[in-house]
Amino acid sequence: MTSYEKVKAARSESRPGALDYISNIFSSFIEFHGDRKFGDDGAIVGGLAYLGDIPVTLIGIERGKNTLERISRSFGSPNPEGYRKAVRLMREAEKFSRPVITIVDTSGAYCGVGAEERGQSEAIAESITTMIGLSVPTLALLIGEGGSGGALALMAASEVWMLENSVYSVISPEGCASILFKDAKEASKAAENLKLTAEDALEFGVAEKIIPEDNLGSPEFYSSLKSMMEGKIRSMMGRDDLAYERYLRFRKFGESR
Amino acid sequence: MAINFPYRPKNELERHGRGGEPRHGEKELTCPNCHRTLSESILENNYYICSCGYHYRIGARTRIEMIVDPGSFEEMSESIKPNDPISFPGYGEKLEKARRESGEEEAVVTGKATIGGIEVMLFAMDPFFMMGSLGSATGEKITLVFERAIEEHLPVIGWSSSGGARMQEGLLSLMQMAKTSGAVKRHSEERLLYISVLTDPTTGGVSASYAMEGDVILAEPGATIGFAGKRVVEAMTKEKTDRSFQTSRFVFEHGFVDSIVERSDERRILYELLSFHTGR
Ligand SMILES: [Zn+2]
Repeated sequence: MTSYEKVKAARSESRPGALDYISNIFSSFIEFHGDRKFGDDGAIVGGLAYLGDIPVTLIGIERGKNTLERISRSFGSPNPEGYRKAVRLMREAEKFSRPVITIVDTSGAYCGVGAEERGQSEAIAESITTMIGLSVPTLALLIGEGGSGGALALMAASEVWMLENSVYSVISPEGCASILFKDAKEASKAAENLKLTAEDALEFGVAEKIIPEDNLGSPEFYSSLKSMMEGKIRSMMGRDDLAYERYLRFRKFGESR
Repeated sequence: MAINFPYRPKNELERHGRGGEPRHGEKELTCPNCHRTLSESILENNYYICSCGYHYRIGARTRIEMIVDPGSFEEMSESIKPNDPISFPGYGEKLEKARRESGEEEAVVTGKATIGGIEVMLFAMDPFFMMGSLGSATGEKITLVFERAIEEHLPVIGWSSSGGARMQEGLLSLMQMAKTSGAVKRHSEERLLYISVLTDPTTGGVSASYAMEGDVILAEPGATIGFAGKRVVEAMTKEKTDRSFQTSRFVFEHGFVDSIVERSDERRILYELLSFHTGR
């Protein structure tokens, strides 16, 4: 597949969404709503669940399955309230020493007048800063599209795992093409140049693991992913150097020393 | 809410706003707001503020010299320069052009100085270097400022001026948002002061990371401050935005900025703020 074919695959409506992963990998999910400040964002779902027998805090970005649901979830583009809900849940996870698992799938943070009025920048910055400093184990799973700062806000984790056909990029290939090549139709070329595939991310050290998609969405797919996640989370539990290790994980990108 | 604000510089990536803005070496400047042409030396003596109040964009070094005690600035990390980590087409030429237009090697100048005798670590972004875009070397230099401030137990003042992440560096540019945020967080945990000054423009990945993470956040008048580009928002909502949209006044009225400070008053305010945190 070319990079742009991967972008299209990552955006495909038939791919499992965050809620599919939540219901197939975790048990007893209880969803929590609201940022305690302004409202509840439909694009970000969060709450408590068990991974095997480990209680965890889950935060996912859900695009929705049908048109009505997609509208109520603003097509998986979170508003500031979504990131503020995520921050609230992360702090709560830290208080109760629960690992945080994020499941990311977004073309980016919502772009609108209201989002700007309510401080989209501040909300994303706060989410990145909170997540990178958490003392509890954190794992980010990128299942589809990882669009820019809106995705990074939930991916400042100890490890980032990417589905084989997920993509992670600083800008959409279309946006990049229209700015640099003055033509959105050059998106395919931009996608190639941006190095946004899972293999690219693995090579840069931006991701630690690629999850094969051979049997995407099947019971075997979820059960193997579940055991990998459980193993990873367990290996981080009880450690007191996670925040520093996570800082170094991000510190290494473009390091001069 | 009607916010009446007389001027609003454009924020267009890779471009220097409207015509007539200062480029390296130019001698006469025409104000984009009132169209008055003034010589650079007159503007220089007035902090590059037009008589109508318009704040011209200024280079990082000009800004630092304007604010800190004369002769006190010691630059650091001069040797950290951008490379082309993902071999992005045309990036080399873009960097060459940026060097010519800004006279800088990167989009940020960093170092240590004193303000009214108080020691401070600082970084100033340069809007003339690829619109202050955040690349790996930019992020590295800013991270080193916070790390040295932790070691020396010093406050940080940072002037942001950026269109956002530098897309020519792909994911490595995006990672700088997390890296710098991590450094700000560690500095903050040492209970050290960070004053962030938002100048024109502060948008995208920079506004969504260290620019918005200050203990105190100041903004210069008339700066464009926001997350998504105005044209992106208009394409999304299919409506024209107000002239006041994403101005300093706009973010101030929505509660994201402590104070709007004229450049001519900046040194005094920064000194006062530093004094509060160091004792007189
Ligand atoms: Zn003027």
